[in-house]
Amino acid sequence: MRRWLTEGFVLVIAAVVAFPLFWMVLSAFKPEDEIISADPVPWTTRPTLDSFTRALTVANFGRYFMNSIIVALVVVFLSILISFLAATALTRFRFRSRTTLLIMLLVVQMVPVEALTVPLFFLMRSVGDSVPAFGLNHLGSLVLVHLAFSLPFAIWMLRGFVAAVPVELEEAATLDGASRFRFLWQVLFPLVAPGLVATSVLSFIHAWNDFLFAKTFIISAVENQTLPLALQVFVKPDQNDWGAIMAGSTLMTIPVLIFFVLVQRRLVSGLAGAVKG
Amino acid sequence: MTAKGQGRTAFAYLAPALLILGGLLAYPIYQLVLISLYDYGQEQVSGGAPLEFLGLGNYQNLLGDQQFWGVLGQTVAFAAVCVVGTLLVGAFLAILATRVRTWVRMTLFLAALGAWSTPAVAGSTIWLFLFDANFGFVNEVLGIQGFSWTFDKWTAFGLVAAQVIWCSFPFVMVTLYAGIKAIPGEVLEAAALDGASAFRTAWSVMLPLLRPIILVVTIQSIIWDFKVFTQIYVMTNGGGIAGRNLVLNVYAYQQAFAASEYGLGAAIGVVMTVLLLGITMFYLRALKRSGEVL
Repeated sequence: MRRWLTEGFVLVIAAVVAFPLFWMVLSAFKPEDEIISADPVPWTTRPTLDSFTRALTVANFGRYFMNSIIVALVVVFLSILISFLAATALTRFRFRSRTTLLIMLLVVQMVPVEALTVPLFFLMRSVGDSVPAFGLNHLGSLVLVHLAFSLPFAIWMLRGFVAAVPVELEEAATLDGASRFRFLWQVLFPLVAPGLVATSVLSFIHAWNDFLFAKTFIISAVENQTLPLALQVFVKPDQNDWGAIMAGSTLMTIPVLIFFVLVQRRLVSGLAGAVKG
Repeated sequence: MTAKGQGRTAFAYLAPALLILGGLLAYPIYQLVLISLYDYGQEQVSGGAPLEFLGLGNYQNLLGDQQFWGVLGQTVAFAAVCVVGTLLVGAFLAILATRVRTWVRMTLFLAALGAWSTPAVAGSTIWLFLFDANFGFVNEVLGIQGFSWTFDKWTAFGLVAAQVIWCSFPFVMVTLYAGIKAIPGEVLEAAALDGASAFRTAWSVMLPLLRPIILVVTIQSIIWDFKVFTQIYVMTNGGGIAGRNLVLNVYAYQQAFAASEYGLGAAIGVVMTVLLLGITMFYLRALKRSGEVL
């Protein structure tokens, strides 16, 4: 009897927690007159794709979606390459400044990156003077900052995975005539893949969700906005097109949700691996 | 390979990372401190007026400003409410999760995973819509249509805090649940054999064992909730009417980019960094004391 009560209670809580997401998807499929009705109901009898069409055409969400995807994927790709090389250097080689570098990696992770908007804004402004593609109003500036923010953690985490690969394996590969380059990319890289998955997910989500830097850097180039910013632009006091906003929110949330559910097991084992390492 | 050769290869591998981290983290940190020492406004940026070195002038202005202290107090109080709420909800649900069948637990975890992975901007917008004065479902259920949650300072803060708790309790819940599950069954059996009550077992056996984990999630939550930006910015439309819903992070942004007081904005950034570094140092010391090895 008591277990039934507890389970019922837990299910109610689960429903409450999931309700905002349910409401988002529901509103995205509701026809407009049901959304701006004074008596909203938690169902719809006339589901429609109108809101999605409006979000994608009027609000041009397709474009912003692609911008967000590009930034996130480039950040993930570059951070995998760079952090893998750096983690290998920090675990497989012995050199004098190694410990100092490791401590610095830890310390920079504690700096609140939000505080750096002012100097980064001016940095991107001067970068833009010589390389416009990485300056203000361009996606390159977002790639650069998110890359910088995701690297310390990615390197720190991958260290454990690289260290877990026995040194004998490298010796064996060398004896078999594999070059250092080949060993690195064809032996070591596949072996640390689980760690790469975990770090990539985190880098992807950080870049995908970022609102502050997109808002600071992409000032006038409307065509280079990313999803979080675009969504915010369409929220106007008193005259919100809630249907399109909910459709946009759905488009923004679904990829992360799928991603999260697919990799959650690997993410947990990846995080555990990093802690153990 | 010789030691020198090792060092050279290592630095070749490290070069891209060092370049990015040096240029986009280390240098901006140095710049942040530097800018905070100058009178750096719109005229200085456009080159219309020379840079004026103020020393600690910006900090003096800040510390003498009534609004800064108000915002600082609000930030601390807001973060405290969010942290306590997140921990209570997370811990309560973690305990409940150990007492239900697998499918019920999976349902809860799946819902929590959804809240966890929702991007902050999307989450804030959904909550705004749910609590909309005229078209919101919550007002319909409560029968208070036309009531604006975001107009009053305290309901606005409450709404944002609820949203923050909604998307951050899953981390606490999942971590604590894993911690509870990791307690060996023999320990609990031994406690039961010795005649300990359920409450006694929870208080004297499980709590001490969970202490390191509780510490980690607490400090992590403090760090996260102290620098909430998106939710406040989106839900109160940039810090509320006349800035009465500002927190430190949004305040710094508004000073720098809305009022073009870049020097002042940088000074607030430095204050925030120092505060958070202080909390982190405390965290590391506490971790060390609880026997955790880095």
